Amino acid sequence: MFKVFKTRFEQGYRTMKYPKEPVVLPPSYRGLPVLHSDCDAEVVNKCAAACPQDCINSKNGSIDLGRCLFCGICERVSDGKFVTFSQNFELGSAQREKLITSTGSLPDLAAHSKKHFKKLFGRSLQLRQVCAGGCNNCEADINVLATPAYDLSRFGISYVASPRHADGIHVTGPVTRNMKSALLAAFEAVPAPRVVIASGACAISGGPFFGSSEVSAGLDSIIPVDLYIPGCPPHPLTTLHALLRFFK
Amino acid sequence: MLNLMPIINGKAVKRADLPVFEFEQFREKLLEISRYGYIVQFFGYEDDNKLFVLAVMRLENQLLAGCARLPESYPSLTIKRPKFNLFERELAEQFGVRPLGHPWLKMIRYQPNWRQRPDVFGNNYKEDIPGRYPYFKVEGEEIHEVAVGPVHAGIIEPGHFRFQCAGERVLHLEISHGYQHRGIERLLIKSAPLRRPFIVENIAGDTAMANSISYSQAIEALGGLTVSPEAMTVRTIALELERLANHVGDLGAMSGDVAFTPPAAFFGRIRGEFLNLLLLLSGNRFGKGLIRPGGTVLPTGKMELAAIKAKINELRPEIDHCIELLLTAHTVLSRFEQCGIVSREAAEGLGLVGPAGRASWQSYDARRDFPVERYADLPPCPWEHPTGDVLARARIRAAEISHSFDCLNILLASGGRTETIIRPETHKLAPSAMVVTINEAWRGELSHCLLTDAEGKIIRYKVKDPSFHNWSGLAMALRDEEISDFPINNKSFNLSYCGMDL
Ligand code: SF4
Repeated sequence: MFKVFKTRFEQGYRTMKYPKEPVVLPPSYRGLPVLHSDCDAEVVNKCAAACPQDCINSKNGSIDLGRCLFCGICERVSDGKFVTFSQNFELGSAQREKLITSTGSLPDLAAHSKKHFKKLFGRSLQLRQVCAGGCNNCEADINVLATPAYDLSRFGISYVASPRHADGIHVTGPVTRNMKSALLAAFEAVPAPRVVIASGACAISGGPFFGSSEVSAGLDSIIPVDLYIPGCPPHPLTTLHALLRFFK
Repeated sequence: MLNLMPIINGKAVKRADLPVFEFEQFREKLLEISRYGYIVQFFGYEDDNKLFVLAVMRLENQLLAGCARLPESYPSLTIKRPKFNLFERELAEQFGVRPLGHPWLKMIRYQPNWRQRPDVFGNNYKEDIPGRYPYFKVEGEEIHEVAVGPVHAGIIEPGHFRFQCAGERVLHLEISHGYQHRGIERLLIKSAPLRRPFIVENIAGDTAMANSISYSQAIEALGGLTVSPEAMTVRTIALELERLANHVGDLGAMSGDVAFTPPAAFFGRIRGEFLNLLLLLSGNRFGKGLIRPGGTVLPTGKMELAAIKAKINELRPEIDHCIELLLTAHTVLSRFEQCGIVSREAAEGLGLVGPAGRASWQSYDARRDFPVERYADLPPCPWEHPTGDVLARARIRAAEISHSFDCLNILLASGGRTETIIRPETHKLAPSAMVVTINEAWRGELSHCLLTDAEGKIIRYKVKDPSFHNWSGLAMALRDEEISDFPINNKSFNLSYCGMDL
C-alpha cells in the first residue's frame, strides 16, 4: 500500500489543460499544411509526382487531406515553396470535399450543419469504436485518450463495449472485405439518431492501401459519414479537438 | 547429396545459386533440419508460370535456404513437425495446393487463391468470413461454447475467438483471423515503388520501425546501397523506442486486467512519452516516415539526441518504480504465477519466438543470433529463469525494458548527426536475386523476403510477422485455464492481428 502511495506521489498530476490552455507540439510534428498559391507550377508538378498517395492536384495546387499521410515529402521536395506543415493539430471536417484544400484552411468544425447533435450529445457522448482493417495505430491513439494525460471522460465522452449503448460509431481502417458485414452489423445495432465518424486516412479514403481489391475506397462509400478526422494516424489531440468542437 | 545453402541475414544472393530440389527430397531435408531447426520462411511463388516453394530455415545461428517445384498436392509436413502448420495452410490458401493428411487444414485469411485454382477449403468467397468452415467442437452435455469477436469489447483490432468450455475451464481455444486482410503482399508488388515504404509502415503500425528497417535492409541489399553508421544508430534508437513503448504499454494493460489500476494508469501515460520521442525524431508518433532505404529521411542532430537522453533519464527511475509496484503486489502475483503456462515442449514444437518464446525456454533472439544495424555493438539482452507463465512473460518484458535503456544510453553516446536524404524509390534492384532480412521486433523475429526477376522487378514480397508463430502459443496457454484468465494471457502475448492478416 505504501508503495502505491509513493509511486502515486512520484507520478503527480498529468492531465493536460487543453482545451482551456493551448498545447504546443514539437516543430517536427506535421499538422495542418499551409499552401503557397504563388508557387511555381513546375514545383507543384514535382510534388505531385513525388506524393505516394496521389493526393496533390497539380492543376489547382490542392492537397486532399483525406488521402494525405502527412509524410512531409512534398514539403521537402518543394523546399517549403509549395507547402509547409504547421504544428496546428486542429484538423477535422464535417464534409469530405472540404478536406481538399488549396489554401490550407478548413472550415470551423463548430459551424457544421448538424447542430442538433450538440443538443443530443453535447453533454454525454458514448461511442463504439470499430476497427475495420488498418494498422492499429488509429486504435492505439484513440485508446490514449483514456490515459491520465487526456482523460477524455472529463468531457462526458466515453467509448463503450456494446453498440446498443452507443450514440454512434467511430470507425478506423479501410473497411476490408472481411470486416464489412461485421461493421454494418455494429452500425445497425446503434439506435438512431446516430453519429458516424471516419478516423484516419484509411477510413476516409483507403489510405496507403488504396487500389487493393481487399479494401474499400473509404467508409462513406458504404455508409454516410458525419465527421472526418484526417491523419495517419490522427494525433490524439486532433481527435480530442474534433470531438469537442463537433459535439460541444 | 544436395544440401540447403547457407545464406546471411540481409545479404542478397543470386537465385541461380539456390539449390533446387526434387520435392520429395526437399521434404525429407526440411523434416531433418526442423527436428532441431526452425522455419524463418516457407512460402510459394510463381516463376515462368511454374510453382515453387522456398524455405529459409534457422539452425542455431545459421540460415539455410533452398527451393523446389511445388506439386499440386504433397504429403503434409505438419504431421511430423507442427511448426509447419500455419506455413502449409498459408501455402494452400495462396496457391491452392493441398498438403495431404494435414491434421486441420483451415484457411488463415479467408481469400481466394492467387492462381484461380479450385478452392482447397471448399469456400465460395462471395459468402462472408468464415465461409463454410466448421469450428472445432467439443461434444458433451456439460460443454458450452463462447464466441468472441470479430468486434471486441475494447478498442482493438478484429479477430474471432472460439472457446470450448466445461464450466469455467477452457478445453480448447480456437483463434480465427482474416478480418484485417488488406492484400499487402500483392499490393507491394503491383503498386508504384514510391508507395512501397508507406505500405510497409502500415503492415502493423505498432511494428512500423521494425517493418521499415526490414524493408530498407532488403532494398539496400538488392540495390547496393550503403547506410552511414550514424543513420544506423538512429534506426536502432527508433527500434528500441518502439520496443519500449510497446512493452511499457503492455505491462500497463496486464496490470489493468487484474484490476490493479495505479500501474495501469502510470504505464499508460509513460508509453505516450516514448511515442512523443518518436514524434520528435520523425514527426509521427509511431515513427512513420523516418526510415527509408539508404538510411533515415529526416535529419537528426544533437538537439534531438539530447532531448531523448534527458527524457529517458527522467523516465527510467519512474518505470523501475512502477515495475516494482506491479511485480511485488501479492494480488498481481497470485494472478500471474502459474497462469497460462506454455511448456518448453510446446514452445519448441510450435517454434515460438520473441519474448513469448523466451518466457518458455526458447533462447532465440535475432539481435544476438543474426545481428544487424547496431546490435553487434550492443550487449545481449539478459535472459534467465523462464517459467512459461504470465509472470514469465511480464518479467521478460521488464528485463527488455531495462536492456533497451542500456542500449539507448550506448547509442545516444555514440550517435552523430545524420543528414536529410531525399531519395525517391527508384533504386535499381539486382536481377534474379533473393534476399531475406531478419530483425528482432518487439514481439520477436520479423522477416521479409524478396525475389526479383531478370529485369530486377520484385516478383514476390513475403512478410512474416512474429505473431504468425505466436498465436498458436496463446491458444496453448489457455488450455485448461479459466476463461476469466483469457484477458491477462492475451495481453501477456499482445499479438498482432494486422501483422498476421497482412
Ligand atoms: S504529405 Fe501528404 S500530400 Fe505531401 S507528399 Fe505526403 S501524402 Fe502527399
